[in-house]
Amino acid sequence: MAGIRAPPVKVDIGKVDIGKVDIGAAAGHERRRKARKYLVLYLFCLAPATALFVFHYLPIWGVIIAFKDFRFGLGILGSPWNDFQHFRDLFLDPFFARVLRNTVIISLLKIVFGFPAPVILALLVNELRNQPFKKAVQSISYLPHFMSWVVIAGVVMEILSPQRGIPAFIGHLLGAEEVPNLFMDRALFRPLLVVTHIWQSVGWGTIVYLAAISTIDPTLYDVSAVDGAGRLRTMVHITLPALVPVMTILFLLSLGHLLNAGFEQIFNLYNPLVYEVADIIDTYVYRVGILDIRFEFGAAVGLFKNVIGVILLVAANAIIRRFSEYAIW
Amino acid sequence: MVTALRPRTIADRTFGVGIVLFFVCFCVTILYPFWNIVLTSFSTPGSVNHLGFRLWMAEWTLRPYRYSLSAYGNILVGYANSVLRVVAGTALTLAMTFLFAYPLSKRDLPGRSAITMYIVITMFFSGGLIPLYLLVRKLGLMDTRLSLILPLVANGFYIIIMRNFLMTIDAAYEESAMIDGAGYPTIATRIVLPLSKAVTATIALWTAVAHWNEWFFAMLFIDDRDKWVLQYILRRMLTDLQMVRRDMVAWDERVELLPTVAVRSAMTVLTIGPIILVYPFLQRFFIKGVFVGSLKG
Repeated sequence: MAGIRAPPVKVDIGKVDIGKVDIGAAAGHERRRKARKYLVLYLFCLAPATALFVFHYLPIWGVIIAFKDFRFGLGILGSPWNDFQHFRDLFLDPFFARVLRNTVIISLLKIVFGFPAPVILALLVNELRNQPFKKAVQSISYLPHFMSWVVIAGVVMEILSPQRGIPAFIGHLLGAEEVPNLFMDRALFRPLLVVTHIWQSVGWGTIVYLAAISTIDPTLYDVSAVDGAGRLRTMVHITLPALVPVMTILFLLSLGHLLNAGFEQIFNLYNPLVYEVADIIDTYVYRVGILDIRFEFGAAVGLFKNVIGVILLVAANAIIRRFSEYAIW
Repeated sequence: MVTALRPRTIADRTFGVGIVLFFVCFCVTILYPFWNIVLTSFSTPGSVNHLGFRLWMAEWTLRPYRYSLSAYGNILVGYANSVLRVVAGTALTLAMTFLFAYPLSKRDLPGRSAITMYIVITMFFSGGLIPLYLLVRKLGLMDTRLSLILPLVANGFYIIIMRNFLMTIDAAYEESAMIDGAGYPTIATRIVLPLSKAVTATIALWTAVAHWNEWFFAMLFIDDRDKWVLQYILRRMLTDLQMVRRDMVAWDERVELLPTVAVRSAMTVLTIGPIILVYPFLQRFFIKGVFVGSLKG
């Protein structure tokens, strides 16, 4: 269609004496031809652009509810402004301080203990010489990544059950009278979150590092062998340094996601007894906003999180852009 | 390999044996919790409270599964709803992703960078939970299956990933089709789509797994028990013991023969079953996908 017509038009322009042509008309013609050519492409965009608008842009706009006294009858637009009252409430709310603290602490614990885990695992996987065994190990390590946190919570609650699980077994061996319930113990709940987080994500996390390892120049290993370095030393001095660029990027990104402490995990594992140490912004928004039907306050808490979150993520991304091509945009 | 160049030292051998042992323990750590659930799901009241590690049981019973698969267990309805959601959700998401990605892969499309910006913004900013919840209410989608699908059909990451892939396709294919008189719709479906099987398969798998595993929207938006998806039924079973007891009593008066944990475990096994079954065959696509998705703009 558009494609067939294009060549003759060009030929026409070529034949005409340029001096006599109204340049504006020719440009207009060219623009119309182009518009027709691209029209169908813009039509393609229509449905997905609308979906994005409705389900991403409208909620962004809907955030103004956080600045209003929401009345269902009046709608978001018609409801009166309330002079930042929800934000004043928010900064005075003792629970808000608690969930903010928990969010940052849980995130940092996950970064401190969870970030090195896939690096170490990838280094060790790389040292496996038996290919079928290596493949099997990798397949098994990825498995929990494909499970929902509902499923993992069910599996973990069974294996760590104080009546039947491993804690009960160990308690029995040690002759302990009572076994701590990890899910209800304030001192043990955060470690539980960190351990289950690592259990679920460590295998999948190795993929990027193993890919980086596969790009290492093999002659480096030859040199290392000639120098008489053992496997451990080669691993630490040749393989590990090659992972540093990827590690840096992933580390910055995890800082960018500092306020995402793992809603699905915590929501499926926690209970009121451990709110003190486990309640995070996202779980709080759900409880206060949806369950207590305080939409405006919930939206205000959510907005606070999103604003800080975007700043962190954009900052992380900007730093990554400085030295690498792997920025998000 | 390289290590063959020189005699292997004792230290190296110890190291080699050490990591093999480590990985055996590692695999047990990953797999045993799942196996434990499988055993519990077949447990009789007598064997369910067994203490410590076990690899096998003397007594097995199918009773938890008979209950789960009965009308009271709800699980067949859950399967139907989950499958419907995965199929419809994946198809729609793929269509939307391709429709947006294809025009954006044309470097000479006027307004291309502005449209890309329109997508990238949604990857950073979000209205959050409450505005989305109110929107779904406002649109009258509460308690409909569409509420589980529509909010997820347009995904910025998927669109950008597919766009990046489409940009790597040699433009010569399209140009020759254009000379033959084909328009964009024909080119997109007949030429570009078949050439992008790899990225399409990857995004389809991601979407399908995400829909299969998603439970939060189901909890937020769906009230009607006939529309519950599997993951949400499982969540209810884990959190709402009263509901479980009530349903079990309704199924059979002799609930003392049926431990609640066994029922919950049977539900869990039935929920992860499909993923475990397809996992060995599809695993390599997932892993390929990680690299297809290396986000470069």
